[in-house]
Amino acid sequence: MRTAFVQTVNKLAQKDRNLWLLTGDLGFSVLEGFMKNFPKQYLNMGVAEQNMIGVAAGLALSGKTVFVYSIIPFVTLRPYEQIRNDICMQNANVKLVGVGEGFSYSQLGPTHHSIEDIAAMRSLPNMIVVCPGDPWEAEKATQAISKIKKPAYLRLGKKGEPRLHKKDAKFSIGRGILMEEGTDLTILATGSMLESAVVVWKNLQKRGLAGRLISMHTIKPMDKELVIESAKKTRAIFTIEEHSVIGGLGAAVSQVISENGIKCVFHSFGITDKFTKLAGSQDYLRKINGLSSEEITGVILKKLKT
Amino acid sequence: MKIFKKLILTSKQIRRDILKMVGRAGASHVGTALSCTDILTALYFRVAKVSPKNPKWRSRDRIILSKGHGGVGLLATLANRGFFSRKQLLRYCFDGTPYTGHPMIESAPGIEVTTGSLGHGLSMGLGMALALKADRLKSKVYVILSDGELDEGSCWEAILAAGNFKLDNLVAIVDYNKIQSFGTVAEVMDLEPLLAKWQAFKWGVREVDGHNFSEMLEAFGSVPFTQERPSVIIAHTIKGRGVSFMENKLEWHYKSPDNDQLKKALAELS
Repeated sequence: MRTAFVQTVNKLAQKDRNLWLLTGDLGFSVLEGFMKNFPKQYLNMGVAEQNMIGVAAGLALSGKTVFVYSIIPFVTLRPYEQIRNDICMQNANVKLVGVGEGFSYSQLGPTHHSIEDIAAMRSLPNMIVVCPGDPWEAEKATQAISKIKKPAYLRLGKKGEPRLHKKDAKFSIGRGILMEEGTDLTILATGSMLESAVVVWKNLQKRGLAGRLISMHTIKPMDKELVIESAKKTRAIFTIEEHSVIGGLGAAVSQVISENGIKCVFHSFGITDKFTKLAGSQDYLRKINGLSSEEITGVILKKLKT
Repeated sequence: MKIFKKLILTSKQIRRDILKMVGRAGASHVGTALSCTDILTALYFRVAKVSPKNPKWRSRDRIILSKGHGGVGLLATLANRGFFSRKQLLRYCFDGTPYTGHPMIESAPGIEVTTGSLGHGLSMGLGMALALKADRLKSKVYVILSDGELDEGSCWEAILAAGNFKLDNLVAIVDYNKIQSFGTVAEVMDLEPLLAKWQAFKWGVREVDGHNFSEMLEAFGSVPFTQERPSVIIAHTIKGRGVSFMENKLEWHYKSPDNDQLKKALAELS
């Protein structure tokens, strides 16, 4: 996904000389190409994210489209008030690009985990929140947010995620992508958990359950229509995300369901309200947080039997 | 030394407007607005290229009041400069108006950025200075900071970056009135040696009396003080300047003048 973003932003910068990329001194072996090709549209702002966000806002208020790149906690939480006041309050054309969703930086420890960022970003007025599920979505999302003159947050995974979408898939901000049709349940996944969601969907299919599978790449604006339709049609909604269960996809979807008075089975798969203070691979940390595809499959089966 | 009678009269008028506005609204921060009134007057009425009829004029100089709590002073200055009607000032802080205590872009034409939380303005000004250079515009960016604001680490991130990027079109003005929210700067968080700090961050520096137009205009006219460096003017000021019973009094960071006090204050500025 990270590679897809970088390739896309390079192409965009070629066409638009007013597109800038700022980094908080990160992007080794990733951003060198951009740096070399577009030296006048690139700035390393050093390890100083509050200033970086303010500078991005100043550039945007002067007519630039500004992408700001860093690891998720450093580009979302560290400069949160700058994002609120300088970017969102002024509706500045700044795109925050966070790398390392969820437990991507698992071995680096909990300071580098990204499990609160969706909640933090989606509560900000004017902010668009997009969490691509595969490299194709990352490419399309990068193109799409560059065309909207508003603040946006792009949440990226960093391992070489596989392409999951069919060739004729269509991407649009604020519209979930229906990947599989079914009537027994709906799985809504965001970010790179989409890959696990595909496995879960297949597991359930083997057990005779026909599920709807939806990539919910945009958390805000939420595709309410699709949620309502799915809840009414399948009467069972399961959300999957590598993020806290507080304030993320599951919370957003459950709000839509409850506000519309739809009676259905609901479960949100995510990280419960705790820090994960253990080393290990991303898969390991997902597993101990109940996010392995086997465990998700098991819980869904249990929920649907009761 | 040249006396700038017209500027002095203008700043008196702005001070009177500030007092009437906070008095009517029962608003705070009058002391801080009075301390930077002469800086704002110098910038908007003499130094900066601005166009009240075309506030978004591409080649304008950008002025940012990073110390947003002086916003009442900015509104009064902009109205007196013709950016919007002075009559509107009487609606300051009233229900449903855009005239908030801390300035927003939406508050009035001529306001470049929304401020209020300290330590944001210099970074945004830095971004604008970078954009101006990229767009080959000769305009300058003026950012007015408070002394207490310099406690914010984000200011020093921006000060470091501006020196590093050699932004000679960026000018910071520190409204150094020596009093912050809960005590004197020296007591709360000493900034000294302030000039040396900016110098060490690769800025050209100058100290002036922030109520003396002759000194201020001379300094603004010499920008950049050092080639390929941003410039900072440390303006020594008096909190509550112009109203004897408000000068150097911490309480006027918070209090609003009652009718008698307002009468007395306006008489001093007549």
